[in-house]
Amino acid sequence: MFADWPLLSLVIWVPIVGGMMVLAAGDSGAAAARRIALGVAVVTFMLSIPLFTGFDRSTYLMQFVEQTPWISAFNINYHLGVDGFSMPLILLTTITTVLVIIAGWQVIQKRVSQYMAAFLILEGLMIGVFCSLDAILFYIFFEGMLIPMFLIIGVWGGERRVYATFKFFLYTFLGSVLMLIALIYMYSKSGSFNILELHDLKLSLGEQKLIFLAFLTGFAVKVPMWPVHTWLPDAHVEAPTGGSVILAAIMLKIGGYGFLRFSLPITPDASQAFDWLIIFMSLTAVVYIGFVAMVQKDMKKLIAYSSIAHMGFATLGMFLVFRIIANTDSMQGAALGIEGGVVQMISHGFISGALFLCVGVLYDRMHTRQIADYGGVVNTMPVFAALFVFFAMANSGLPGTSGFVGEFMVILASFKANFWFAFLAALTLILGAAYSLWMVKRVVFGDVGNDRVAALQDLNQREFLILGILAILVLLLGLWPAPLLDVMHASTEHLLQQISHSKL
Amino acid sequence: MKTIYLAIVLAPLLAAVLAGLFGKAIGRTVAHTVTIAGVAVSFVLSLIVFKHIALDGGEIFNGSVYTWMVSDGIHFEVGFLIDKLTALMMVVVTFVSLMVHIYTVGYMRDDPGYQRFFSYISLFTFSMLMLVMANNFLQLFFGWEAVGLMSYLLIGFWYKRESAIYANLKAFLVNRVGDFGFLLGIAAILMYTNSLDYYEVFAKAPDLTNETMSVIPGKEWAVMSVICILLFIGAMGKSAQMPLHVWLPDSMEGPTPISALIHAATMVTAGIFMVARMSPLFELSETALTVVMVIGALTAFFMGLVGIVQNDIKRVVAYSTLSQLGYMTAALGASAYAASIFHLMTHAFFKALLFLAAGSVIIALHHEQDMRRMGGLRKYMPITYWTSLVGSLALIGFPFTSGFFSKDSIIEAIHLSHIPGSTLAYWLVLLGVFVTAFYTFRMFFLVFHTDERFRQHAHDDHGHGGDPKESPWVVTLPLVALAIPSVIAGYTIDPVVVGDYFKDAIHVAHGHEAIAHMTQHYHGIWAFVAHAFKAAPVYLALLGVLAAYIIYMQRPQVADWFVDKFGWLHRILDNKYGFDSFNETVFAGGGRALGSMLWRGGDAFFIDDVLINGTAKSVGWIAGKVRHIQTGYLYHYAFAMIIGLLLLLAQLVRKMLFG
Repeated sequence: MFADWPLLSLVIWVPIVGGMMVLAAGDSGAAAARRIALGVAVVTFMLSIPLFTGFDRSTYLMQFVEQTPWISAFNINYHLGVDGFSMPLILLTTITTVLVIIAGWQVIQKRVSQYMAAFLILEGLMIGVFCSLDAILFYIFFEGMLIPMFLIIGVWGGERRVYATFKFFLYTFLGSVLMLIALIYMYSKSGSFNILELHDLKLSLGEQKLIFLAFLTGFAVKVPMWPVHTWLPDAHVEAPTGGSVILAAIMLKIGGYGFLRFSLPITPDASQAFDWLIIFMSLTAVVYIGFVAMVQKDMKKLIAYSSIAHMGFATLGMFLVFRIIANTDSMQGAALGIEGGVVQMISHGFISGALFLCVGVLYDRMHTRQIADYGGVVNTMPVFAALFVFFAMANSGLPGTSGFVGEFMVILASFKANFWFAFLAALTLILGAAYSLWMVKRVVFGDVGNDRVAALQDLNQREFLILGILAILVLLLGLWPAPLLDVMHASTEHLLQQISHSKL
Repeated sequence: MKTIYLAIVLAPLLAAVLAGLFGKAIGRTVAHTVTIAGVAVSFVLSLIVFKHIALDGGEIFNGSVYTWMVSDGIHFEVGFLIDKLTALMMVVVTFVSLMVHIYTVGYMRDDPGYQRFFSYISLFTFSMLMLVMANNFLQLFFGWEAVGLMSYLLIGFWYKRESAIYANLKAFLVNRVGDFGFLLGIAAILMYTNSLDYYEVFAKAPDLTNETMSVIPGKEWAVMSVICILLFIGAMGKSAQMPLHVWLPDSMEGPTPISALIHAATMVTAGIFMVARMSPLFELSETALTVVMVIGALTAFFMGLVGIVQNDIKRVVAYSTLSQLGYMTAALGASAYAASIFHLMTHAFFKALLFLAAGSVIIALHHEQDMRRMGGLRKYMPITYWTSLVGSLALIGFPFTSGFFSKDSIIEAIHLSHIPGSTLAYWLVLLGVFVTAFYTFRMFFLVFHTDERFRQHAHDDHGHGGDPKESPWVVTLPLVALAIPSVIAGYTIDPVVVGDYFKDAIHVAHGHEAIAHMTQHYHGIWAFVAHAFKAAPVYLALLGVLAAYIIYMQRPQVADWFVDKFGWLHRILDNKYGFDSFNETVFAGGGRALGSMLWRGGDAFFIDDVLINGTAKSVGWIAGKVRHIQTGYLYHYAFAMIIGLLLLLAQLVRKMLFG
C-alpha cells in the first residue's frame, strides 16, 4: 500500500511541518506542544518503517526515488532516494527522535514548544541529508540542520554554551564551505549536481585530490576525526541531554555517510592516495582518544571522547580496501570493513544515545556531571544502575551487544590490511573497557558516596521506557545483526566496484 | 538431538532471566527453585548427551543454530559442535554448577542480593556452555567474553566493598588484555582460512605450515606460530597464566560459591579447553607449544610458592588453582591434551570441593577468612573435615585419589616430551609437587588441627559466640557429592588418557606422542599405581605433607625462624613477585599519565590553543569583534538561513504546483 507514497518526502517534511505547527501552538500550551510533537515523531517513525520492510535487498540502485526539477537554471533537482547505507540511518534518526522527545517531556520547562519544534525540524533536515541525491539539496540540508542544533545548544545549553556554539560553528562552517566549492567545481565540469552522475565524472588525480581534501575537511569535522575533534566535547558538555543524544547518535554519522556517498565513489584514486591519512587519523582516534577518555572527570566529556574513538572504527573500516588489495591481492575483507563501519555507526547511535540519556538521568537529579560527585548510585537506583552497566558494557564492545559487531568486523578486516592496524584497533578492547568501566566503578558502585546520592530516586516510567527500548535494540542488533547486514550487501558490492575502478 | 542441545543452553538462560528480571516478584524460594531446576535440566540432558556420544558411540554433531550474519561471503554462525571433548566438558560444567547452586541456598541465605546471585550463576552456566559447545570462533569468543562479564559481575557482587569493585575491574581489564590477543588470533585465522568454522579451519590449517608473515618488517614468522601464540594469549588471560594471572587471587573478593564455580572449576579452565580444542592448530607450531609449556610450568611452580605465605584461606586455594592451571597448561605444551583435560576434570571436582569446604568453614566462623584465627575445627565440623581431607589428598596427588592419576599423567607426559623447554618444565612441575603438598597441608593443619585460635577473636559483640557448628545439609551435601568424584574420577584414566577417548576431538602430530608412549607402557590401573611408587612425585608429595606436619604441628618456631633468616625470600613471595605494584605503576599509572598528557598537551594546548585560537588571533581584530557580537551573530546567521531555506522551499512548491 505504500508503494506509490512519496515516503521519503513524507519523512522529511512531516516532521518539519509538524515542527512548525508545534511552534505555532506556542508556549500557551506546553502540554499540547509535547503531545503534538510526540505524535509527529511517532507518525514519522511509522512512515519510515515501510522503507525497511519494502526495501529491495537485491539491488544497489536507489530506491523510493523521487525527482522533480527545482531550479532548472542550474539543473538543480529535488532528487531523493535511498540505498543500503542511507536507509538504516534514516530509521536510526526516526527512532532516536521519538526517544528524545519523550526524554525532554518533563525536563524541559523553558520554551517547550520551541524545544520540541527544534528537534522535529532537525529530524526532517537530517533525514534530508541522508536521502538527497542532488548535491545542492544535500548541501542545504547539511547546513540547515546546524541551525536547530545551534539553537538547541544556545538556548537550552549549559553555562558555557556560547563558547561551545561558537566553536561548533567555526569548525563545521569552515569545513562545509570547502565542500561547497568542490561541488561547484564539479558542477562546472559536468553541468550536474546529481550525485549519482558525479560518481561517473572523469577527474584527473590532481582534481580528485583537491576535491577529496575539500570533502575530508567537511566530513572529518562532522565525524569528528582527530585532530578536528575538539569542538565535540565542548558541544556535548553544554548541550541539553536531547541535543547530546541527537548530536552523538545521528549528526556524527553524517560525516561517515559522506565518505561513502561522496569521497569514495567520486574520488576513488584520491581515496587510494590518501587512505594512509584516513587510517592514521582513525587509529589515532581509537588509541589517543581512548587514553584521553580515560582521564576525563566529566561524564559527558568522557562519553564524547568515547564517541570519537568509536567513530574511528567507522572511518577505519571504510578506507581499508586499498591496503587489503595491496596486502593480499584480493578484495576479500574489504566489504567486511565497510559494512563493519556502517554497523558501527548504527550501533554507536544506540549506545552513545543511551549513555547520554543515562548521564541526563543523573544530571536531572543532582545537577552535576562530575564523576567525583557520585559514588554508590546502585544503592539508591538499582534499575538505573543495571541499565547503565549494560550500556557501559556495550560501549566496551561486549559480544552479544551491538557494540561488538562493528568493531569485530573492522578488526577482522584491518588484520587483512596490516597486522599493526588490527593491533592498534584492537587496543580498544582494553581502552574501551578501561574508560567505560572505570567510570561505572566510580559512579555506580561502592558505598553511598554522599547525602545527595542517598536521596536519589530510581528511574521513573518514562526514563525506564526510553532506556529499555534502547537496551532491547542494542541487544537485538548484537544477537542478530543479519537483518541489518542483508540490507547493505548490494550497496557495498556496488561501492567496491566503483572504488576499485580507477577514474584515470 | 539438536533440540536437546538447545535445551541444555536455554534452560539456565531462561531461569537466569526469570530470576534476574522478576526476582522481586517471584521471591527467594521460587528464584532458587527455577535456577536450580534449569541447571538440573542441563545436567541431566548433558548426561544423556554424554551417554549418546561417549558411551553409545553416537555421531559427532556439528550444526548451525542460526546465521548471526553474512558479510563478505563469510558466514558467521551460532552453532554447536558436540564431540567427546564437548560432552565431557558439559557434564563437568553442569555438575559443578548444580552443586554450587544447591550450596548457594545455604551460603547466601542471609544476603539481600539472593535472587540476583542465582540469576548470575545461571547466566554464567549458560555462557560457559556456549563456550564449550561452540563450533566456530565467533561463538567461542562470545562465550569467552560472556564468562568474563559474569566473572566481573560476581566478583563485584558485594558492590559496596571497595576491594570487591577494585578486583572486578582489574579482573575484567586483565582478561581483556588476553582477549586482545585472542581476537587478533581469530582475525589471523580469518585472514588465512577465510572461515571461522572449526572444522573448515582445521582442514585448511595444514596448508599454512610453511607460510610466513612479517609482523615486524624484515622478520618472517611462521603463520601458525603467530596464530597459536595470539590465541594462547587469550588462554593466559582466562586461565590465569603468568603474567596475566594477577586477577585471579583478587577475584576471591566474590562470594565463595563463585570462587568454586568460576575461579576454580569452570571459567578458568576455558583457556585449557580452548587450546585442547585447537590441538590441530597448536600441533603445527612447535614454537607455540614450547611457549605454552614453559609458561605453564613457570606458573605451576612459582604460584605454588606464593601459596605458602598466604594467610587467607581462600587465597591459598586461589594460588593453588593458579599452580594447578599451570600444570594443565604445561601438559598442553607437551601435546598431552588428554592428560590436561583429565586433570581439568579431576581438578574441577576437588577444587570446587576445597572451595566449598573453605566456604563452609568461613560461615561457621562468621565470615572469618584468616587461618591464623582458625584451628582445631576438626571436632566441630566432621563432614567438612573429612571432605576437605579428601580434597586435599586429591590436590597433592596422593595415591589412589583422582588427582594422583591426573597429575602423574601430566608429569610423565612432560618427562617424555622432547620439544625445547621440556627439561626445564619437567623440573618445575616435579618440584611443584612438593610445594603443592606443603601449602595444602599447611592450610589443612592450620584450619582443622592445631589450637583453637578463633575464640579470642570471636565476634562476641555480634551475639554469636559459642562453638562453631557444622553447616546445614544444603552445604554439606555438595561437599559429599563432590568428594565422591574427587576420589573415583581418576579411575577413568583408561580410556580418557591412555585410551582412545579423545581420538576424534584431539589431534596429536607425529613426534609429539608423549601420551602414545605412556599408553604403550600402560598395563592396567594397578600397574600404574605400582609404577608410581617407583617414581619421585609420590615421595615429594609425602615429603611436603611431612614438612608441613613438622612445621605447623610440631615445631611452629621453624616457620618464624624461616621468616627471620630468609626475610628477603619471604618478602618476595609476600609481594607476589611485585606483579601487582608493577602493573599498578606502569600500566594503570602510566595509562592515566599518558591520557592526561594527551588531553592537556595535545587537545587543550596544541590543537585548541595553538591551532584554533592561534588561527583566530592571526585574524586579529576581526576575532575580537566577533567575540563581542557572537550571540547576535549566531542568531542572525540562523535566522538568515531559515529565511533562505524557506525561500528555496517556496520556490520548490511554486514549481510543483504551477510548473
